Amino acid sequence: MEFDFAEEQPKFLMLMYGLIAFVVVVGGLLLLLDVVPAWFARRREAQLVAASASGAPLPRRRRQGEGLFALFFLLPTLLLLTVGLVVPAIRTTLLSFMDAGSTNWVGLRNYGWMFSDDSIVRVLINTLVWVVLVPLIATGFGLIYAVLVDKARFEAVAKSLIFLPMAISFVGASIIWKFVYAYRGEGDQIGLLNQIVVSLGGEPKQWLLESPLNTLLLIVIMVWIQAGFAMVVLSAAIKAIPGDIVEAARLDGVSPWQMFWQITMPSIRPALIVVVVTLTIATLKVFDIVRTATNGNYDTSVIASEMYNQAFRYGQNGQGSALAVFLFILVIPVVIYQIRNLRQQREG
Amino acid sequence: MTTATPTVAAGTQKTDGTPSTTAGRVRKRLNSRTATLVSIVIAVVWTVPTFGLLISSLRPEDEIKTTGWWTAFTSPQFTLENYQQVLFGRSSSSGQLASYFINSLAITVPSVLFPLAFASLAAYALAWIKFRGRDWLYIAIFALQIVPLQMALVPLLKFFSTGVTLGGVTLMPAWDLVDEQKFAQVWFAHTCFALPFAVFLLHNFISQLPGDLMEAARVDGATHPKIFRTIVLPLITPALAAFGIFQFLWVWNDLLVALIFAGGGNETAPLTVRLAEMAGTRGNEWQRLTAGAFVSIVVPLIVFLSLQRFFVRGLLAGSVKG
Repeated sequence: MEFDFAEEQPKFLMLMYGLIAFVVVVGGLLLLLDVVPAWFARRREAQLVAASASGAPLPRRRRQGEGLFALFFLLPTLLLLTVGLVVPAIRTTLLSFMDAGSTNWVGLRNYGWMFSDDSIVRVLINTLVWVVLVPLIATGFGLIYAVLVDKARFEAVAKSLIFLPMAISFVGASIIWKFVYAYRGEGDQIGLLNQIVVSLGGEPKQWLLESPLNTLLLIVIMVWIQAGFAMVVLSAAIKAIPGDIVEAARLDGVSPWQMFWQITMPSIRPALIVVVVTLTIATLKVFDIVRTATNGNYDTSVIASEMYNQAFRYGQNGQGSALAVFLFILVIPVVIYQIRNLRQQREG
Repeated sequence: MTTATPTVAAGTQKTDGTPSTTAGRVRKRLNSRTATLVSIVIAVVWTVPTFGLLISSLRPEDEIKTTGWWTAFTSPQFTLENYQQVLFGRSSSSGQLASYFINSLAITVPSVLFPLAFASLAAYALAWIKFRGRDWLYIAIFALQIVPLQMALVPLLKFFSTGVTLGGVTLMPAWDLVDEQKFAQVWFAHTCFALPFAVFLLHNFISQLPGDLMEAARVDGATHPKIFRTIVLPLITPALAAFGIFQFLWVWNDLLVALIFAGGGNETAPLTVRLAEMAGTRGNEWQRLTAGAFVSIVVPLIVFLSLQRFFVRGLLAGSVKG
């Protein structure tokens, strides 16, 4: 029953290696960048001296250093992005047209499987439900709360309370809510939700086993985490509305309800779009919650968790890759929409 | 929770009228009272689950398993036994979280430092060094944010395990990492995945620095590395802090990357992996799950609460990781 600190030593050693590598790489890079231009400067000086001594025309100054500098500044990033993102993404796309062992081409069979296998169609439907509900509800709650606590006395504390789940891991959040949904046969309940149901005269339930209710209960977890993000961004947008507009509207005798729909909403529209789009992308990729809460069982799986199962648990690289590619395709239009909006905002 | 929405609607609709009359003023006060009430209800709903977890983690095992945490108010019984067991217990079922906690730490620190350094260098070059194709490169890096990391997992794992060969020539051997050496894989993966967003966020800040400053330094004969070190780095500290917190929370809370690149043992797996595993196999051991969850929450919570200012600033500058 004793924790042995000495056993952990190799980890700290490894961490130290990591830090040394960091210092060597970054320090080395900066040093290199200092040495190279100094060398160029010396060479140019020598050329100038030689030219003036021999009476030959002075060599023209070339501005070639800039590109070289840029290359060195960008080198680590470009290298890592190529190895870690670009090449893998291309490879995954290719793998999605191959069989489980990534040896034979199978054409579109993996994609055909995706849309014909009942359990996968279920997964796609679940993902759709997530993507529609999470951004909508989380933004809704965030907006309501931001409006309600705006200029309230305990605004900072009130906002922190809602924002706090943002710091909690999806795994931690899932355990928190699993505890709320906990079920314990007959008698006293230990899960809050069942206790509420029982005290209202209902029967306790195994919440996470009942489809489609369980998907909605998992969505609650995501909403709980993300509403704080929506609230903070929207709150900042609300505070950025020029005071004289609000004042003018108030002098005109506008009711709070009208104020909200005619002043607040139009003013924060860009922020609203950013929030919804960001939440949509985050929701498409949701994995941790489903895996921790139900492991994708009982009809709760979504694309991201199914991709993990196919590729890393069942060894179906082709099918897993096809799901990853499909996820990618779903994300593209959302991001393009966001980029266009941002650009309009900048121009407008 | 769902009952909150209609209440607001009803509450605000009531005030259709000018608050100049006495009745209007009363209505307005009522309205603000409804608003306060609704906001309190939301705040309570948002806080109670975490609060329940905290209370539970401090209760004795048989109490947690038989009665709800709210009974702790009427018959209080508290103990630190759960934490003792889940952190330092030696049996494999106990959690051994102290060991995983160190893993989380060892994974997170380099995974924050590397992208921070590389991205600030790249962002500076993209913002202030003139070279051909600069805009296209920036757009390309920005666009890489679209790629979900699910797209990279299978090939990247293969890259680590078999290396790179091109036409029979080995360009890079397999990494062949064992035990805690696997941290390097996780650092690598996190660094790659973080770069597009990091470059985007830092570029936003760096490109807004006053151009006169750079120009003056150039005229004085300062080179780019010198400008970067002595002028740019000190000025973008808030941005670095913002991204650092982002990346810290993201890495500390990550499950997917760790699950695939860290291995499952207590030599390398972070807290999240262990907790997810415990939730699956020991789903009814609430005394361990609640204490364990709290252990994993506590560090990001401290970071978050103490550096909230920077975090929010970063959030508003670059929206959020896509």
